[in-house]
Amino acid sequence: MNRQELTALIASAKEKRQKIKYKIFVCCGTSCMASDSEAVLKALKEVIKEKSLEDTVEASLSGCMGLCNQGPLVKVIPDNTIYQKITCETIKEVVQGHFINKEPLRNLLLFADTRPEPFINSEEDPFFKKQTKIILKDCGNINPEDIEDYMAHDGYAGFGKALFQMSSEEVIAEVKHSRLRGRGGAGYPTGMKWETVYKYVNNQKYVICNGDEGDPGAFMNRSVLEGNPHSVLEGMLIAGYAIGASKGFAYIRGEYRLAIKRMETAIKQAKQKGLLGQNILGSNFSFDIEIRIGAGAFVCGEETALIASIEGRRGNPKSRPPFPAESGLWGKPTLINNVETYSNIHQIILNGGEWFSEIGTAKSAGTKVFALAGKINYSGLIEVPMGTSLREIIFDIGGGIPNNREYKATQTGGPSGGCIPAEHLDVKVDYESLVSLGSIMGSGGLVVMDDQTDMVDVARFFMEFCMDESCGKCVPCRVGTKMMHDLLKKICDNKATQIDLDRLEELAVYVKETSLCGLGGSAPNPLLSTLRHFKKEYDSRIIKED
Amino acid sequence: MDTLQSAPDLPKTDPRVKLIAAKIKKENYKPDALIEILHTAQNAYGYLPVNVLKYITKALRLPPSRVFSTVTFYHFFSLKSKGDHTCLVCTGTACYVKGAQAILNELENEFHLTAGQVSADNKLGIQVARCIGACGLAPAVVIDDEVQAKMKPENIISTLKAKMQSI
Repeated sequence: MNRQELTALIASAKEKRQKIKYKIFVCCGTSCMASDSEAVLKALKEVIKEKSLEDTVEASLSGCMGLCNQGPLVKVIPDNTIYQKITCETIKEVVQGHFINKEPLRNLLLFADTRPEPFINSEEDPFFKKQTKIILKDCGNINPEDIEDYMAHDGYAGFGKALFQMSSEEVIAEVKHSRLRGRGGAGYPTGMKWETVYKYVNNQKYVICNGDEGDPGAFMNRSVLEGNPHSVLEGMLIAGYAIGASKGFAYIRGEYRLAIKRMETAIKQAKQKGLLGQNILGSNFSFDIEIRIGAGAFVCGEETALIASIEGRRGNPKSRPPFPAESGLWGKPTLINNVETYSNIHQIILNGGEWFSEIGTAKSAGTKVFALAGKINYSGLIEVPMGTSLREIIFDIGGGIPNNREYKATQTGGPSGGCIPAEHLDVKVDYESLVSLGSIMGSGGLVVMDDQTDMVDVARFFMEFCMDESCGKCVPCRVGTKMMHDLLKKICDNKATQIDLDRLEELAVYVKETSLCGLGGSAPNPLLSTLRHFKKEYDSRIIKED
Repeated sequence: MDTLQSAPDLPKTDPRVKLIAAKIKKENYKPDALIEILHTAQNAYGYLPVNVLKYITKALRLPPSRVFSTVTFYHFFSLKSKGDHTCLVCTGTACYVKGAQAILNELENEFHLTAGQVSADNKLGIQVARCIGACGLAPAVVIDDEVQAKMKPENIISTLKAKMQSI
């Protein structure tokens, strides 16, 4: 395939998609599949055939639509009508009602059981209205197992533009201009990272996609990989072209079976179309991508540990410098970005960095995907512009706290982050504001807790996690997390004294400042943050000495 | 435990051995592919028997310490059988705040097994995971690779027993 053929293929995919009057998608993400959505899809295909609707309605699977606890979800396009909790029986009613009687079924609409007036056009519902979708734009609206469906949504047009109309420097300049920052949690400017790797002269460079999403309560990367794997591939391709790499690795968590399967399919299809391999689209650029499956180690989300794991070794981090940009995989210059970072790239190239930089706040451009979970009415996957307040996310989008309980705190950033109490609900969520509250953006997991949650136990829970996941290489982390965990357990059991609490605070600072990598360096964060905002809960458990 | 030193003899006709041998060949006997090969072996056997590890060690010309340290580092790899049926309770944050511990308590009461243990007859193994990423379905339990959504402590035993009988 050459450039003209790519343009023609995108045009014909669009035309094909436009010819079909209705697309009906059944969510086949991990959550909906656990609620038997595959059987629903099968039943749907049968019923379409039975009613002879094949010419106007096309059924297909899709990625996550966002509302994981209302599944299985079914969405009709172009009406944007979403039906919830669909079974093999009710899908027949949906087809009869929506396509034959032309009367949407109100009792099956999304939020029919919770909102007095559910919306026929889901885009008008507050859950979606408050969101801005870039990364998830096509997630839930395309078939993730069909490259042509992705192309019908301008897929690989960004790569075509970068490859034929832009030099490496121009691609990097565009990414820099967009002010995109790494979505893995640290928030390092992506364009600068690309430029650093680009500047190192070497005949072999690597691109790595970090899909080792280990934070408990986070499932953004899984959903993107399951719902739109080609957007990640395209981002990696553009990155490879920009920095001069010829080989990429997609490192995906072993627990994410479906994500791995969808990514494998995507790579296979891209190879068939000539979008991966030697002399792509007749150019001088050659690039290939391999999948590496994680074997279950939280620390492998750390870049140097991840590199060690790809090299087939224990995932022990190394001290930096040298940074992977200079000496990474097999000692070669290596670019590592998160899944979500890559999935922004093709749209930045297509729409320009200026467009992207106008979304969000002064310091954090663009949008962020969050996974809402815990004590919240609508748990699921959302995407909002940077700078949206936590109150809007939890109450306007997430529907607040169930059973009329009271909001207590939200844990952001998983075991490396901290909690945001009620008095800071109006914080505008971006990298800096969360750090100023003693938490971090992290990869985007938001676990909401109500007034029944015991914050000391939450701190103990995260410390247990870090203790288990510590790789054992450096002493502060290996010994410190264990000591802190034991002290926290002592407090939970009401056996601790003031001396223990002082000791704990002291230890937290030591571990934070002296650990080798991010795991140990951030392990005390949940403890320090609960101490900061919920000191009373600790004090009430301390044995008072006379 | 037996050392990994001596060269093992694996039955060459065993389809699982063939699978591992093919994988090693495909990866060109590169030590870098150790984790990939261990994945293949673990999938084939359900765990990593010592003689299989010896076989891989020899084929890749690696020191046994390197293989053993890698196997024990990653949670995915197991040196003992996980049981004919597995019940994996997610203890990620979302499942934790929604009552994963109560489910584990029920399992312990009924089967006298805690996380990581396998019953004496090897029929059932209980495991925990650090978030399976199905937080919208919390608390989630995975029985024999099938995700069970919004599991209640009072239903876990009957659900598990039904699954164990149906297969």
